[in-house]
Amino acid sequence: MILEGKVWRYGDNVDTDVIIPARHLNTSEPKELAAHCMEDIDITFAANVQAGDIIVADKNFGCGSSREHAPVAIKASGITVVVADSFARIFYRNAINIGLPLLEIGEAVKNIKAGDKIRIDLSAGTVENLESGEVFKSQPLPGFIQDIAKAGGLVNYVKEARS
Amino acid sequence: MGMTMTEKILARHAGLASVQPGQLIKCKLDLVLGNDITTPPAIKEFNKIGRPVFDNEKIVLVPDHFTPNKDIKSAEMAKTVREFAKRHEIVNYFEVGRMGIEHVLLPEQGLVAPGDVIIGADSHTCTYGAVGAFATGVGSTDMGAAMATGDTWFKVPSAIKVELKGKLPKWVTGKDVILTLIGMIGVDGARYQSLEFTGEGVAALTMTDRLTIANMAIEAGAKNGIFPVDDITREYIKDRVKKQYEEVEADADAVYDQVVTIDLNKLAPVVALPHLPENVKTISEVPEISIDQVVIGSCTNGRIEDLEQAAQILAGRSVHPSIRAIIIPGSQEVYLEAMKRGFIETFIKAGAVVSTPTCGPCLGGYMGILASGERAVATTNRNFRGRMGHVDSEVYLAGPYVAAASAVLGRIAAPEEVIA
Ligand code: SF4
Repeated sequence: MILEGKVWRYGDNVDTDVIIPARHLNTSEPKELAAHCMEDIDITFAANVQAGDIIVADKNFGCGSSREHAPVAIKASGITVVVADSFARIFYRNAINIGLPLLEIGEAVKNIKAGDKIRIDLSAGTVENLESGEVFKSQPLPGFIQDIAKAGGLVNYVKEARS
Repeated sequence: MGMTMTEKILARHAGLASVQPGQLIKCKLDLVLGNDITTPPAIKEFNKIGRPVFDNEKIVLVPDHFTPNKDIKSAEMAKTVREFAKRHEIVNYFEVGRMGIEHVLLPEQGLVAPGDVIIGADSHTCTYGAVGAFATGVGSTDMGAAMATGDTWFKVPSAIKVELKGKLPKWVTGKDVILTLIGMIGVDGARYQSLEFTGEGVAALTMTDRLTIANMAIEAGAKNGIFPVDDITREYIKDRVKKQYEEVEADADAVYDQVVTIDLNKLAPVVALPHLPENVKTISEVPEISIDQVVIGSCTNGRIEDLEQAAQILAGRSVHPSIRAIIIPGSQEVYLEAMKRGFIETFIKAGAVVSTPTCGPCLGGYMGILASGERAVATTNRNFRGRMGHVDSEVYLAGPYVAAASAVLGRIAAPEEVIA
């Protein structure tokens, strides 16, 4: 699958409390969560994000609380994929489980700026910066995780495996 | 090749003779946990699978974050959990009045045992490593699927060995140990890895210290933190754990990615400055920082020994006029014990407020939200931006001695400044 979009750029250790603050966790409705997505780190995000945009961040994206509301909010805001130097493990698991693709490309994220247009080939695991023409390769997803992703998330995967 | 404690426990639950870091395995689960925030979405996913619960005695539901219900939406979420528990005859559902903060409650109620594999839709599920279990946080979808299947997948983590030597000096607690470690290795220092605590220093740590230390393994990015099982563990679980369990020991030739040594004798009371738990300084290194609020409680420091430490400082003293001090026992049992031992009276006489058990302010839920520009010293585990309220408020993490001393002096303070 090819995804192309404009970059929202964030730094190290973006935690799930800033992705979706706990004051909004009295709901799990994706649209309501999306309305407050990233508001404690970037007040402009929720109002301006366009369907198809992409988040690019540095190290340890999604650290902190296990709230699945964080990847749900990001996905519902229209973001199609998150690219980072590295991800915190629970966020990684949750994103895969709910069907939000993630790509880990290490320090190559340094070559991507806010507002850049990038193109992502999920099957090949490549990220191309359309501004500079540079192409970066991500770690391939383990086969088992690819199966969960292909099934459209964990619940479908479990259903398929048991039926 | 030898295995670490984590590898051994995972191998046993996967039905394998051995496992290696990086290997993807499917494990049987001894316990699946959820709270009032994470369980409602888990129920939604569970319902999509369309199977009964795998075992109504191995699912634990604790509405603790926004309960007693803070608003109508939270009340609806708690209701969803309550009705699910009723429909599926969940034995370990803890209603308001019987509940506590999940990670204080489960060990206390004997629901977690050495050698167990436990997942919880709460990142601090890693707390149970203190009793020698493999326990880790997951999301709601994982919880929902696990409630139906009784198993889940893991990538076997590689390990960091944390070798503890010596004994803690006066005024230094488990909180100072874990904050110091996070300061050393950083908030992603153990990302995807297990933190295996070991060494002769372990014997000098109380169960409360160990629970506090394992609780914050996630703040170093770890998948889990785990302690060896010794006489202190056995004494703690003796009258609590009713089920069969199997102690697991690391092999002498287990392989670790890295060894970090901490000499407990050399530690001092510390504080983690905003907005990351890795910004750790000894109290003597921080300049005068005035504060507005002190919170003592949470799954990190809401146990009876924590309240005892706070009471020791607050006995016969007063909370500084400019400070709101909020003390939250971690469970009904802790609350009752604190009352019997006179701590509650000490707190109230000192001018602190004592709350029913709840997560409350720890995650910026209610019961002590900060306004813009306000600062709090809290015995909680996260000081991320906006964690306790306004995005321009600040949280300083510390242990109960430091928090209580800070409440008395109205600024970040060491216990010795208050009491000789
Ligand atoms: S006390 Fe705080 S960290 Fe612990 S479970 Fe509750 S909200 Fe989470």
